[in-house]
Amino acid sequence: MRRRRALTLPPVHARFQAYAINHLRALVFSLGKLYRAPFSSALTLLVIAVALTLPTLFHVVLDNLQQVSPQWSQTAQISVFLQDSVADEQLPALATRLAQRPDVAEALPVTRVQALEEFRAHSGFAEALDTLGENPLPPLILVTPALDHRSTAAMEGLVNALNNIPEVSRALLDLQWVQRLFSIMEMLQRSTLILSLLLSLGVLVVVGNTIRLDVQNRREEIEVAKLVGATDAFIRRPFLYGGLWLGLGGAMMAALIVTITTLLLSGPLQTLSQLYGGEWRIHGLGFRNTLILLGLGALLGLAGSWITVNQHLRHIEPR
Amino acid sequence: MILLRNVTKRYPNGHEALSRINLSLDRGAMAFLTGHSGAGKSTLLKLISLIERPSRGQIVVNGQNLESLSARQVPYFRRQIGIIFQDHHLLHDRSVFDNVALPLVIQGYRQQEIARRVRAALDKVGLLHKENAEPVTLSTGEQQRVGIARAVVHKPAILLADEPTGNLDPHLSREIMQLFLRFNQVGTTVMIASHDLNLISSLGKPMVHLHEGRLQRREAEA
Repeated sequence: MRRRRALTLPPVHARFQAYAINHLRALVFSLGKLYRAPFSSALTLLVIAVALTLPTLFHVVLDNLQQVSPQWSQTAQISVFLQDSVADEQLPALATRLAQRPDVAEALPVTRVQALEEFRAHSGFAEALDTLGENPLPPLILVTPALDHRSTAAMEGLVNALNNIPEVSRALLDLQWVQRLFSIMEMLQRSTLILSLLLSLGVLVVVGNTIRLDVQNRREEIEVAKLVGATDAFIRRPFLYGGLWLGLGGAMMAALIVTITTLLLSGPLQTLSQLYGGEWRIHGLGFRNTLILLGLGALLGLAGSWITVNQHLRHIEPR
Repeated sequence: MILLRNVTKRYPNGHEALSRINLSLDRGAMAFLTGHSGAGKSTLLKLISLIERPSRGQIVVNGQNLESLSARQVPYFRRQIGIIFQDHHLLHDRSVFDNVALPLVIQGYRQQEIARRVRAALDKVGLLHKENAEPVTLSTGEQQRVGIARAVVHKPAILLADEPTGNLDPHLSREIMQLFLRFNQVGTTVMIASHDLNLISSLGKPMVHLHEGRLQRREAEA
């Protein structure tokens, strides 16, 4: 009474031991709670899983498209139409000159006659051509870009360079559909990002709401705990673990759903790729991305419960 | 041990629950707080256990000036106090053992230590054989004793009780009071709010009378 002393906290080692024990208890307790209410836990987990599955699937689809698209652009060829004044005899020399460029792998000359033959064979306009009397086609060189110059930008640069050659009337990159695909993919990428953000928000809300109900159900317990000296951290802990398990569990279910989906799709997709003469396999989520998904799920669950608990705990004080 | 200087508690609605209270209780002493309901007994106990803070005045408990305690320190402060309510505040979703264990769990005691102390506390209130029972299956008197066991399980320096016998018949009330006397005998400072004058006047402990928030008389200095 006479001795005035400040309130001291317990010594560090004792606090650390208490801290570890408290964590372990909260962990076990929160897991046990999921286990004791299997139906509602499963429902919540399913909602979270679906919310996480959608963006993950989008991501996998994009990933696969990106794996495949370089193969498609390998078929890219630049059709270099020459001026009418260029004689057939000049063609081989010009082709060799083009082939010497570092960004060109191959340059194949096509004379007016060859071009006409090919056109006649493939186009179905044979009779129409006959009525023309004169060969309307210009001489042509088919340029295949070098392997390391097949990005959209590099190929566009090459086309520009070719267009600047005096003998060239017009160089055309037959790649517009690839460019369209690329821009579609970019759009998909952004959509995936937006979808991911929105659905992450959804996970936050679902976890938050679940934890909020939990906090309200255990209001009395929280009051009593505060009364006998529980710190906010102690009271918060089981709820945080609860959110963590929900997020992690939902992410695990999402990973499972995505894996099953890719397995189900791999058969038909392989057939499809063979029909297109391609040889590629569908890529699943992969180990690294699975870990990222699980980590993000756990983080979202933790964040959702953190926000809610902090908001509600303040209002629960012993009366 | 407990010292109040000029303590006033005014609620936001203007009601003054306590006016200029001066009170001191020495270490190891025991005193009763009497008065009608609404006289401010509960408010006084709430101020001492930091459930509420005074509007004016100074409170010193176990050497700590409560004014200087931050919200972060409040839990650690409360661990020095055992609080007992008329409504025992037991948790119905767990056994008697787990209810009594709560203060120790909060302080991160090891499991064996918890079991040992909980059984000791239950033994003191005569309920060792009920450790696995659900609180709802107990009688009112037994529930109150479980509440007491929970309040003393962590060996607090101070025991505060707000109408601990309010719901009990005279016989049980006397038993409960005997229990408090025993805790006091082993050195715990005890303060009990009660309006059961018949019972407490027979116990030979000082009484402090509150009337409309004012201290009226002190039978004896504690």
